[in-house]
Amino acid sequence: MNPKRKQRLLIILGMVFGLGIAVGLVMYALSQNINLFFTPTQIATGTAPDDQFIRVGGMVREGSMTRDPSSLQVAFDVTDFDHNVRVTYTGILPDLFREGQGVVVQGRVHNGLFAATEVLAKHDENYMPPEVTEALKQSGQLDKIMGRN
Amino acid sequence: MAWRWFHQWGSPRWFYERASRWQAWAGWIAVILLAVGTVWGLAIAPVDYQQGHSYRIIYLHVPVSFLAQALYLAMAIAAAVLLVWRMKLADVAMQSLAIVGFAFCVLALASGAIWGKPTWGTYWVWDARLTSMLILAFLYLGIIGLRSAMLDPNTAGKACAILALVGAINLPIIKYSVEWWNTLHQPASLTLTEKPAMPASMWVPLLINICGYYAAAAYLVFASMRGLVLHRERRAQWVRELVGAHD
Repeated sequence: MNPKRKQRLLIILGMVFGLGIAVGLVMYALSQNINLFFTPTQIATGTAPDDQFIRVGGMVREGSMTRDPSSLQVAFDVTDFDHNVRVTYTGILPDLFREGQGVVVQGRVHNGLFAATEVLAKHDENYMPPEVTEALKQSGQLDKIMGRN
Repeated sequence: MAWRWFHQWGSPRWFYERASRWQAWAGWIAVILLAVGTVWGLAIAPVDYQQGHSYRIIYLHVPVSFLAQALYLAMAIAAAVLLVWRMKLADVAMQSLAIVGFAFCVLALASGAIWGKPTWGTYWVWDARLTSMLILAFLYLGIIGLRSAMLDPNTAGKACAILALVGAINLPIIKYSVEWWNTLHQPASLTLTEKPAMPASMWVPLLINICGYYAAAAYLVFASMRGLVLHRERRAQWVRELVGAHD
């Protein structure tokens, strides 16, 4: 490689490297703002802002869901298995919403209750046929595979 | 000479003659793989235990999203080659990769939105993965626009190359966005280093489709590059002979 090309290559590598560091530092500084949601633990420990419009993400706790028989109102606990947040919501839930499933809810904390204006279902990277899920459930292996213990 | 394999790419004629053959090969491979992978994925692969049939859009969404990023990476490499070696063909490659890559990026965003509505309950959410992917689309668009905005092709090529290299910082951000931050988008199911998070009956057709879309992208890029090479070299003797021979 001739010296001129080598010099240009070095300049370009230096430029990309420098920019990479600059962007990396910006991303690191902004990391709290880039997170889509707070965890229930952050709500319980007061890290999340009170009475402000925020998102909370976690699992819907098994057996915590109650429906109002005469309206679309539902209430359920969102948990990260350390702390729970009680969520109320009026509206149609996404298809994937069920107990034990991940959700991200948007709204604000009011009197210790989280009043949600939007409920989004989160799913993980695992895909499998229903027969396999059944077999795993019967042998008690499902939680191990899904990484929740 | 050790660099011969590299320097022969500097000859537009050498490239044009070979690219016709490569394009044909890529086209046939794409047709076969996409036919097999799509039928297998959409009709034969089992349903998902949670999403039912709607997960099948994965056979489009994952390959086109991979390609949107891979084509950008290829464009950034072409940009570096253009800036260091001033190779004309690298400029042609950048131009073609930008257009094909933008098309794949739009497909990735659209298929993701269509998948998001039934599973998540929303078409769009401003999480790190979706936002960084939208930025990728704008980078493609910016590079296409920058070239059209500048009159001198040499200056335009260099300006686009610098923008493409700067934008390459976005690629690791897209890849790791689902690990660095809390996102609605799930982490990758298929990676080079780990066991797939799905059974073989699901990932084999996905892998076939990924290879098929790579071949389809190669077909489109070669077709576009050949056209651009002919246009740029329109005053060269070999192009005149080539065009004259078909009259």
